[in-house]
Amino acid sequence: MNHTDNHRWRTIDIVVASVIAVAFGVIFWAWGLVWSATDGAFAFFPPAQTLLYGVWLMPAVVGGLVIRKPGAALYCETVAAILSALLGSQWAGTVIPQGMVQGIGAELAFAAFRYRSFRLPTALLAGALTGLGAALFDFLVWNAEYDLTSYRMPYALFTIVSATVVSGAGGWALTRALAGTGVLDRFPAARDYRAPV
Amino acid sequence: MGGVGVRGFGWRHAGRRAWAVRGVDLRVERGERVLLLGSSGAGKSTLLAALAGLLPEDSGEQEGTVEVDGVDPRADRERVGIVFQDPETQLVMARCGDDVAFGLENRGVPADEIWPRVDEALRRVGFPYHRDRPTAALSGGEQQRLALAGALALRPGLLLLDEPTANLDPAGAALVRRAVADAMDGDTTLILVEHRVAEALPLVDRVVVLEPGGGVRADGPPEAVFAAHGDALAADGVWVPGRTVAPRHAGAAPGDLLISADRVALPPRLAPIDLAVRAGEALAVLGPNGAGKSTLALLLGGLLRPGTGRVAATGELAGRDARTPPCRWRAPALASRIGSVFQDPEHQFVTGTVFDELALGPRRTGQPETAVRAIVDGLLDRLHLAALARANPYTLSGGEARRLSVATALATAPRLLVCDEPTFGQDRRTWLELVDLFAELRDAGHGVVTVTHDPDFVAALADRRITVTREPSAATT
Amino acid sequence: MISIEPVATPGAPLARRNPVAKVAAALVFSFTLLATLDPVAPAIALGVELAVLPLFGIRYRVLARRAAPLLLGAVGIVATLVLFAADHSGRVLVDAGPVLITSGVLLTALGLALRMLAVALPGVIVFATTDPTDLADALIQNAKAPARFAIGALAAFRLVPLLGQEWQMISMARRARGVDAGRNPLARMRLFVSTAFALLVGAIRRGARLAVAMDARGFDAGTPRTVARRQRFRAADGLLIAGAAALAGAALAVSIALGAFRPLIG
Ligand SMILES: Nc1ncnc2c1ncn2[C@@H]1O[C@H](COP(=O)(O)OP(=O)(O)OP(=O)(O)O)[C@@H](O)[C@H]1O
Ligand SMILES: Nc1ncnc2c1ncn2[C@@H]1O[C@H](COP(=O)(O)OP(=O)(O)OP(=O)(O)O)[C@@H](O)[C@H]1O
Ligand SMILES: [Mg+2]
Ligand SMILES: [Mg+2]
Repeated sequence: MNHTDNHRWRTIDIVVASVIAVAFGVIFWAWGLVWSATDGAFAFFPPAQTLLYGVWLMPAVVGGLVIRKPGAALYCETVAAILSALLGSQWAGTVIPQGMVQGIGAELAFAAFRYRSFRLPTALLAGALTGLGAALFDFLVWNAEYDLTSYRMPYALFTIVSATVVSGAGGWALTRALAGTGVLDRFPAARDYRAPV
Repeated sequence: MGGVGVRGFGWRHAGRRAWAVRGVDLRVERGERVLLLGSSGAGKSTLLAALAGLLPEDSGEQEGTVEVDGVDPRADRERVGIVFQDPETQLVMARCGDDVAFGLENRGVPADEIWPRVDEALRRVGFPYHRDRPTAALSGGEQQRLALAGALALRPGLLLLDEPTANLDPAGAALVRRAVADAMDGDTTLILVEHRVAEALPLVDRVVVLEPGGGVRADGPPEAVFAAHGDALAADGVWVPGRTVAPRHAGAAPGDLLISADRVALPPRLAPIDLAVRAGEALAVLGPNGAGKSTLALLLGGLLRPGTGRVAATGELAGRDARTPPCRWRAPALASRIGSVFQDPEHQFVTGTVFDELALGPRRTGQPETAVRAIVDGLLDRLHLAALARANPYTLSGGEARRLSVATALATAPRLLVCDEPTFGQDRRTWLELVDLFAELRDAGHGVVTVTHDPDFVAALADRRITVTREPSAATT
Repeated sequence: MISIEPVATPGAPLARRNPVAKVAAALVFSFTLLATLDPVAPAIALGVELAVLPLFGIRYRVLARRAAPLLLGAVGIVATLVLFAADHSGRVLVDAGPVLITSGVLLTALGLALRMLAVALPGVIVFATTDPTDLADALIQNAKAPARFAIGALAAFRLVPLLGQEWQMISMARRARGVDAGRNPLARMRLFVSTAFALLVGAIRRGARLAVAMDARGFDAGTPRTVARRQRFRAADGLLIAGAAALAGAALAVSIALGAFRPLIG
């Protein structure tokens, strides 16, 4: 296969990328179902919220690592954002540009490695850059009125750290785990991990 | 159009050492109607996928060639229409009409021809609703018919159907078969996979039997094939028409009451119903698609909370927990008393290999590892899964996955077993094995409840039957 | 149950507009409002939004239910601001350690909460009145979005309610196999993670099968696609976008004229 072929999206790339985004949307919905039904307070517990933010950024990293094609990270995060708008999310329409900014972050990381490296350092960088995208968006658009040193800076740093750990490292581990189950057998991500039975 | 040429074909799925199918030579002329038979796991579904050009090079290894009208179906899919066993995964759009139109749009059919062709295809399969109906609001049988319409609208020269009536009630299955019969014209080639030969025979004029080890075992007009190889085929697992199985009814009268349902309902899924299960009896739950049978099974299994009415377990089944309903028991206690087999086998699986899947239950109930091994090996052997012990449960063939999901529930030998469609997709040999396993459990004093559309299974095993209907009354016999 | 069906009466004059136009109008309206931090412009905008609601065929009660999380978000904004406001000018109302509430803080909080509501509502309105299929069709036909991607995403959206049911089935399967968490929050977290993982695995498997089914019906055959459902972008659709821009601009203008305007940057 030549280079251009490698970068063309197959149907399975498109559908699975979309499905990854959609599944995260459903997982978010289930989170609300599982936790707010019983322990509403836990959902407002600040560490849980940062964790949630990291999980929300995961489609970008996981999409990039699984599909391994230019645009995958951006596409996954954008589709996830459109879905959450359709489901009636808290931030509604504005999540779409927000999702795009976050997706571009991860996309830049994969592009920096010319879509050839999909190892842990790449994933961490992708996570950090998605976090940066998210932090910038919030910093400028939503948090403008808060105190710079006691809130805006720590919030932005926290977002980036959580994104690096949860969506970067977490996304990498998740992709490995997915490959182990055999569902990624038609993706290059699977080849590294499986032996025949 | 629609002539098939297969020469020395073999396919090995990525991640498997064994060939799924091998050494197949087959010619099918245009307009022929072929019933493709073979034991569960013989490679029927794999062969159909190859004919439809749906085995991508990166998903396995191929031997030999497959041609439709002299071209590789991977290069040109225009000629082939396929309906898979599970209709839900092949519906693409949210509205029924859009879904049929989807293939036409892809083929570049001019916009003004699309809707007339959609309507015609829906009419040919006897689809009862307007094309704006949401696909999510269809029952299994209706989905099956819609998928068939989606394939027919493309006017394929070669139509491939993989167990198109699995999971349908007898009336729905007859409707789909009639739709197929009506849709066939002299120019369309049909290749049909179906375990239940008797029902499928009116649709076909030729039978091809795959040999599990590789190659084609028998090929020709149905009467000739069954006359010449009947005994051997039956021993191999083919449902040769006219061969009945000896019933295995309970030898002893039923024992103590295990569980009872009292006006249990879950609107809008299930209307109120009464039911009681005793030790040492096999109860069959029948009823049309969408009547609420699976819902009832989940309620009995302590997995759903009833909307109204109550499910009560007796001390015989629950010991000290008899005062709380099963849906409130802790999971380990539940799993040791009531075994549930879900309608969709894949819902059952929680581990990564066939072996672990079977070992999970016995390990959780605290059996020593040697006992676990003995249980698992015994089940693997009896259900013809031994070669697949290390395989991922989700890569199994339809029939293999079904057997594994039943076996997971059998592994802990719970006092009450609730199974949803335990025999679909089975060849005759594995079917008999399953019936024997259930009969043994029942004779050892366990209660067995099976939701089923399989009349042979009811005739062979059930001591009592109950019919679930949409109306708030249930008929018991 | 999780669902992405539209909730509006379909015949309403603005609900019927081209989905691309509706999304564009919402984005134009929201982003114009993002430019300011004062309470006046968002208050006017909210008024406009509530006034056009009947034109979209949404009843106020339905909107209230759809927008309930927004109200929670607004409460959160006020609470956070009380602790972390940048600007503590104005009369001191409460002074208790870290909690310093001044009239300035309250005004800012009001502004931010209004702004958040005003910015989010257009999206809620648009997506509450838009069918995903129509949106994908319009994106392809009127916004030149690549058809393969729009349809692929649409096919995945169809799985949303199915995956919602799948979540329940997976939870039940675990229980049936003897796995549960009881009251221990850590065990519940673990169970949540493992259920979510199973859901993701199942979803990807479904996606892969769906892709095969789509290919079987010629999805990626390279033939130029035709469209069965025409979406047209009419003059009225252009007007909707222009109208949204004009109304948002007007809200800003009023706030500037009243001297309340506080730009986001600068
Ligand atoms: N995606 C897959 N990955 C790995 N192995 C597979 C896959 N699909 C099928 N197999 C294996 O290939 C063999 C043939 O499977 P296939 O589905 O073709 O059988 P089948 O004849 O249709 O059986 P059944 O009647 O049970 O549906 C089986 O042993 C199965 O475990
Ligand atoms: N999770 C669910 N949420 C809402 N409705 C459901 C759910 N599951 C099933 N239903 C609906 O409840 C009704 C009964 O479903 P159920 O699956 O129990 O029927 P069934 O008798 O098992 O049918 P089949 O023979 O097709 O398996 C159907 O109309 C179905 O669409
Ligand atoms: Mg099969
Ligand atoms: Mg059922």
